[in-house]
Amino acid sequence: MTQSRRDFLKTSAALSGGLILGVYLPLGHAATAAAGTSAQQPNAWVRISHDNSITLICARSEMGQGVYTALPLLVAEELGVDLHKVKVEIAPPDPAYVNALLGAQITGGSTSVRDGWEKLRIGGAQARTMLVTAAAQQWKVDPAACRVQDGYVIGPAGKKASYGQLVGAAAKLPVPKDVVLKQPQDYTQIGRPTKRLDTPSKVNGTAQFGIDVKLPGMVYASLEQCPVIGGKVVAFDATKARAMPGVIDVVQIGDGVAVVANTYWRAFKARQTLDVKWDEGSVAQLDNAVMMDGIAQAAAHEKVLNIAKTGDADAALKGAAKTLKVEYRSPMLAHATMEPQNFTAHYDNGKVLLVGPTQFQQGAVGNVAAALGVKPEDITLKTTFLGGGFGRRLELDFIVQAAQISKAVGKPVKLLWSREDDTTHDFYRPLALHRMEAGLDATGKPVALTFQLTSQSITQRAFGLPKDTLDPFMTEAAVVPYTIPNMRQDLVIHDAGLRVGYWRSVSHALNAFANESFIDELAAAAGKDPYQYRLGLLAPDSRLANVARLAGDKAGWGTALPTGHVRGVAVMDGYDSHFAMVLEASKDGDDITVHRVVVAADVGQMINPDTVEAQIQSSIVFGLSAALGDQVTLVKGRVQQRNFDSYPVLRMYQMPKVDVILVKNTEKPGGVGEPVTAMVAPALGNALFALTGKRVRQLPFSAENIANA
Amino acid sequence: MAITFTLNGKPVTVDTEADTPLLWVLRDEVGLTGTKFGCGAALCGACTVHLDGAPTRSCQTPISSVAGKKVATIESLSHDNTHPLQKAWIAHDVPQCGYCQSGQLMSAAALLAGNPNPSDSDIDDAMSGNICRCGTYTRIRAAIKDAAAEMRAKA
Repeated sequence: MTQSRRDFLKTSAALSGGLILGVYLPLGHAATAAAGTSAQQPNAWVRISHDNSITLICARSEMGQGVYTALPLLVAEELGVDLHKVKVEIAPPDPAYVNALLGAQITGGSTSVRDGWEKLRIGGAQARTMLVTAAAQQWKVDPAACRVQDGYVIGPAGKKASYGQLVGAAAKLPVPKDVVLKQPQDYTQIGRPTKRLDTPSKVNGTAQFGIDVKLPGMVYASLEQCPVIGGKVVAFDATKARAMPGVIDVVQIGDGVAVVANTYWRAFKARQTLDVKWDEGSVAQLDNAVMMDGIAQAAAHEKVLNIAKTGDADAALKGAAKTLKVEYRSPMLAHATMEPQNFTAHYDNGKVLLVGPTQFQQGAVGNVAAALGVKPEDITLKTTFLGGGFGRRLELDFIVQAAQISKAVGKPVKLLWSREDDTTHDFYRPLALHRMEAGLDATGKPVALTFQLTSQSITQRAFGLPKDTLDPFMTEAAVVPYTIPNMRQDLVIHDAGLRVGYWRSVSHALNAFANESFIDELAAAAGKDPYQYRLGLLAPDSRLANVARLAGDKAGWGTALPTGHVRGVAVMDGYDSHFAMVLEASKDGDDITVHRVVVAADVGQMINPDTVEAQIQSSIVFGLSAALGDQVTLVKGRVQQRNFDSYPVLRMYQMPKVDVILVKNTEKPGGVGEPVTAMVAPALGNALFALTGKRVRQLPFSAENIANA
Repeated sequence: MAITFTLNGKPVTVDTEADTPLLWVLRDEVGLTGTKFGCGAALCGACTVHLDGAPTRSCQTPISSVAGKKVATIESLSHDNTHPLQKAWIAHDVPQCGYCQSGQLMSAAALLAGNPNPSDSDIDDAMSGNICRCGTYTRIRAAIKDAAAEMRAKA
């Protein structure tokens, strides 16, 4: 999947007129980042000052997933410095920092470590080699007689020089092409739990998020957008707003009317007095039933794209002793990052400064350049910490808005959305319909499986994927890991009318819900235990079977539970990682309680195992929030959810006990930020089935959907 | 209107509209940005401060109601991360994105001020008004217990 995704995005970027490739900045930003200081930068990842202070560059956005620690750690391991003695900076937009797995400077797709694994260690090793070579030349000794330790090169006969003393000479040396990387047994930092570098600033209020940015002379904006996404301003009356305290200006931009004031509160309050007439556009015709009906019609009638095929599923279905045919439905979901969308922009005479939280640096530069009619090289972007991302901050709407408002008022502007703005103007996880069919033989073994997902392509909108092309972000986890001789997986792409976005774990969450619920249904139809049924269909020596056994053992699958408690299981390969989950739940009236979640994970070589555990804990919470009750609904094009009362998310009292088992090995690292999110809904649905005998095929597991099952 | 209150132990006077929420006075007028905006409706707890010692959602606290009172923000916990809660938060590496953590810490500090040995259900009661989308709840719970133990040992 990784290979095809990478190739695809390269192709897609080219086909789409170069949204990604076209915004590459001229070379040299990274190399000149240290200009004007005494520091030297041997390569894009390492900067060493003559006073021996060392800065490592983190090319991905820190949104909680731990890259600010894990990525510099890879450089530090090979450079021979203690991660906890260096400084870390978030990279500016630069071709040097492109994510090779995604074709642009993007943080997403659980790719950061996978992309950085080789190149960051090589970057550290190159810098180390140059420093050692410089020392050896000064001392007139064989480089092989030198070693590095904690920021120093140590030579024969007690010779010792700091990296800071050597960097001037080292930077003049050619960059070595072939460097030898450490063997796993020699790692001193990789694979050992280590403290995150961002924690100290996040416990005393000093961490800088986008909302905390302050530029000299900065003013604050609150933007009224059409209650129907995509609607446009026809006319507006801002007489009242202009008369309110602190209001500096009221300006119209493409997405709405912005009130600009000397504090956020004054801007927000004055905004409530605006009278705006909207052309609501096509989305005003939409409600949930219309959208899901469109999906269902498309499933039956629109073009079918084949994802994968094994054997002859149709023939095998005809010959099966028993067949099952069901449908699963997934709702739209919002990202609901804790930090509402915001960005700070300063347009000044053709130059633009952008500061804020984004997962997509080059997209920000490219889209602002296009919107403001400036050259990409005249835009400077600084990335702050992100108060959550989950895919929402791959989008660029709020960045362009901030820049447009700044240009309109001629001042630095911080645009901040309210929570209601954020919930009602998201790029939602798309609706999905899965049509599943399977045939069992007389012993209950599956002999045929067909899978058809009908949903909307995010990639068509975001990256210009051509129509009638497989969207790799719709086919993740579509093919079950089970040995079934005849299978066919198909995709129907249908635009349901509302903009959609990448949501943590993307199509894994849609497809794993269908696949891991359906395999449970097959087990029930076969009269078999759902956990043993899965194990019987997995290659016994596979990494997935291994984690399935580990999770089952840890959870005590098959052992007695308190009265009213049940277990559900799900397994999944995703992002080059392998996971199994056993979830324990009970139900009291309409109230579902999840008591315990056991996850066994094989993610290959771990960089910081403590972060791997944290990301699994995090994914469970994110997935459980969605499974228990989240959905975005539309009435006349208006999103009905507005704040955390109508879009409830998991709270402390709902938090299950979590046990994480981490498999230690030295396989290539897989992704960890997202995958487990996708497994919670099927594991919980399977538990509910064990409890009630009812199969809930429509998410979320709300009282209404359970009653209708 | 001019309003005087005590902020982190020092008197401050601000001149602003009476209905301005304390949150925005702290952030935009005083310049203390550790306290965060999450929902504007007292639903998420990101803006939690102490008002005369009680955990309070500053987004729903008009500045006029703060006159003469004592406000404590995350910046008062300690600058050098020596408060037992900060130490426990670091020991457990609680924060992920970190955005909600100022509010989490202030709710936890208020809990421990009144309850030196909170049970799980005490923690649920005190902390369920604070949302964390990154899902750091397990670690928050463990860190509160560690901090409580340290504070009891010192007492």
